[in-house]
Amino acid sequence: MSATAIKTDEPVVFHLPEEPHHPEGSSTGLGFWMYLMSDCLIFAMLFATFGVLGGNYAAGPGPKELFDLDLVAVNTAMLLFSSITYGFAMLAMGKNRINQTLVWLAVTGLFGLAFLGIELYEFAHLIHEGATPQRSAFLSSFFVLVGTHGLHVTFGIIWLVTLMVQVKFKGLIPANKRRLMCLSMFWHFLDVIWIGVFTFVYLLGMLR
Amino acid sequence: MNADQLIPLIFGRLTLEALPLHEPILVVTMIVVALGGVALLGALTYFKLWGYLWKEWFTTVDHKKIGIMYMILGIIMLLRGFADAIMMRIQQAMAFGGSEGYLNAHHYDQIFTAHGVIMIFFVAMPLITGLMNYVVPLQIGARDVSFPFLNNFSFWMTTAGAVMVMASLFVGEFARTGWLAYPPLSGIGYSPGVGVDYYIWALQIAGVGTTLSGINLIATIVKMRAPGMGMMKMPVFTWTSLCANVLIVASFPVLTAVLALLTLDRYVGTNFFTNDFGGNPMMYVNLIWIWGHPEVYILVLPLFGVFSEVASTFSGKRLFGYTSMVYATVVITILSYLVWLHHFFTMGSGASVNSFFGITTMIISIPTGAKIFNWLFTMYRGRIRFELPMMWLIAFMLTFVVGGMTGVMLAVPPADFVLHNSLFLIAHFHNVIIAGVLFGLFAGINFWFPKAFGFKLDRTWGLVSFWCWVVGFWLAFAPLYVLGLMGVTRRMRVFDDPSLQIWFVIAAVGVAVIAVGILAMLVQFAVSFKNRDKLRDETGDPWGGRTLEWATSSPPPDYNFAFTPVVYDTDAWWDMKRRGYKRPKTGFAAIHMPKNTGTGIIISGLSLVMGLALVWYIWWLAALSFLAVIAVAIAHTFNYNRDYYIPVEEVRETEDARTRALAGTEA
Repeated sequence: MSATAIKTDEPVVFHLPEEPHHPEGSSTGLGFWMYLMSDCLIFAMLFATFGVLGGNYAAGPGPKELFDLDLVAVNTAMLLFSSITYGFAMLAMGKNRINQTLVWLAVTGLFGLAFLGIELYEFAHLIHEGATPQRSAFLSSFFVLVGTHGLHVTFGIIWLVTLMVQVKFKGLIPANKRRLMCLSMFWHFLDVIWIGVFTFVYLLGMLR
Repeated sequence: MNADQLIPLIFGRLTLEALPLHEPILVVTMIVVALGGVALLGALTYFKLWGYLWKEWFTTVDHKKIGIMYMILGIIMLLRGFADAIMMRIQQAMAFGGSEGYLNAHHYDQIFTAHGVIMIFFVAMPLITGLMNYVVPLQIGARDVSFPFLNNFSFWMTTAGAVMVMASLFVGEFARTGWLAYPPLSGIGYSPGVGVDYYIWALQIAGVGTTLSGINLIATIVKMRAPGMGMMKMPVFTWTSLCANVLIVASFPVLTAVLALLTLDRYVGTNFFTNDFGGNPMMYVNLIWIWGHPEVYILVLPLFGVFSEVASTFSGKRLFGYTSMVYATVVITILSYLVWLHHFFTMGSGASVNSFFGITTMIISIPTGAKIFNWLFTMYRGRIRFELPMMWLIAFMLTFVVGGMTGVMLAVPPADFVLHNSLFLIAHFHNVIIAGVLFGLFAGINFWFPKAFGFKLDRTWGLVSFWCWVVGFWLAFAPLYVLGLMGVTRRMRVFDDPSLQIWFVIAAVGVAVIAVGILAMLVQFAVSFKNRDKLRDETGDPWGGRTLEWATSSPPPDYNFAFTPVVYDTDAWWDMKRRGYKRPKTGFAAIHMPKNTGTGIIISGLSLVMGLALVWYIWWLAALSFLAVIAVAIAHTFNYNRDYYIPVEEVRETEDARTRALAGTEA
């Protein structure tokens, strides 16, 4: 108890003379990190479910018959590129260049849309071949893991467009920079999750 | 398109038969609730309170008001959950010797499910969140939480979940699966009705609120502490709240995920937890207990904090073993993730797995035991004042220890094979939850009520409530220990063996005594309000408190502290008093505060509509309300103007009023 070491008669300050300044949004980074980690846990559960149920084909098709690695490689490239271009947007933001930021954000959004398009094409193709989410526990957990990621990307794009409008009208004010920073973390987080999906579901699936 | 097709398109599977008109008990309840509701709404309109409620309460971002609203929600839901308990006890005391009792199986199964769900999610959780919300920012010398809007939003999402559970009472049915809705029983094949869907969407909507409030409180505790308050100078209640909120953030997403998978099984026909096409029901049981066991500690840890504050305040001593208390809390936080499998030793995972989880479970009792000794040593040679919170602490220690020991018994896998799913288990967890969580909440309510409202709670009625609860608890649950040892399983509606009846009758008497305890608590509130001038406390420090919340007025002003305090000691306020602290009377400045917003209640209202639409398969409405949620959320982000300054004149006026009030107490 170091505190009790202070002598009782020693004069102490019980209040700061000035208000301590909690800058606007100083907790946002920490708060958003915690949100991301809670989201990460949702994915952890879906990965665990895929790990347990992913081999249960129920006499239906397995990864080797279903997955088209070339297509998935292109898809992965789309998402990875989108992360790079988001990085460029953040660099432009650092230099306070509004238009440049907006352009890179738009490019990021387009890559995101391309990713979603390919994913939807893949899903449609699988369902067309009878490999529906209802067919087996493997397919249930596959569709839900990959689909949850896709859903996140969808919301990321909606958020991205919203932020573009806000940057357009309000400029790169601190609030908007903070928001761009949060979306940046979200976007890269989805990239990391996708690398897990790509490795764990597609690559290891082909080896099963 | 003819009407036969059109009506399901508009109303989904909602038909007039969904109203339980064939259940006389429910019809009477519905009439009473409707009359009460109309009376309440009428009174609010008559006294023109809607504007006041909307401006001052519903849209508030003040952590204190949100805390109070959480407490009110919890107490209202306690009445509902307890009504279920009374009905079960009466049914089981009656249904012997060929008697069917008065509840049919369909109704009885809903009651025990609703009882569990309501008591955990909509009584214990709101009461705990409310307490943390109210007290933590004050204890750390902050003006509010980190994310005030999210706080309001979290509260309304929890409320929306509670409203859904209540709606299931009158429209349709609730789940008949037990409070964790194990598949395959909760799958669409065995539970085709709306009950499980009500359960799922109520928990999902409330879960959003719980997770966000967890994030909020962690950020608050980490970022907003007063200068000088290092981690090891935080009050113990703040420490236990921090750990509980870490548990919330690290476990509620698991619940969200597992319920989402169950939803897909039910709505889309996937095969996660089915018995065919490769699904695995035990996967659900594992996943839900990975959430469920930490949840138990989410419930009890904050109350351990309350007991620590109460023990040191009413013993007039520094808490014994502050450091060990903190480490015990942290160890419990970590260990709580390593024991989930003890909820289903009978799954058949083999001797080594069961041994591992049996041992980790027994290890948890060590930090918990350390805490008990710390409280005892705090009392040792203290000047103990037997105020109401202190009485609850003593009742807690005497009762909770028994629950802890029966828990260690259940942690032994071979013993668990005999006691699994028996009334012994029911007695055990009520023993820890009632004695730990509820007694702790009552201690906390009696302790901090004067802080929140400026007057103490009436002692006489508090004592009546106390004795009825403690005696009633033992009358109600000691027989269940006996019955469980004799092999009686849980969730039974009728019994054959007449020799068992006497125990159920005793348990029913016990629940009646508890009912008097709850009633006495409500009377205590009313009597205290009536005599508030006699019970008034102007000092802001009625108990001789030790932590910062007692440094400000009761109730605290909107901004909590006119000046942010500087902390030198774990017992910061006690330290300030000891060193002759003088409250500053001049030099005030304008204070930066967040603005109220209606977005939280609007989004939660829309989420409620979406939940109900999904339960009843009204797809157009579900889609519409979902889009509306997104639209309102986006619109909210376009509002950049979220804060204001309380002008210095207002601060000065408030503080001058307190100076006069304090002068009155000294004169």
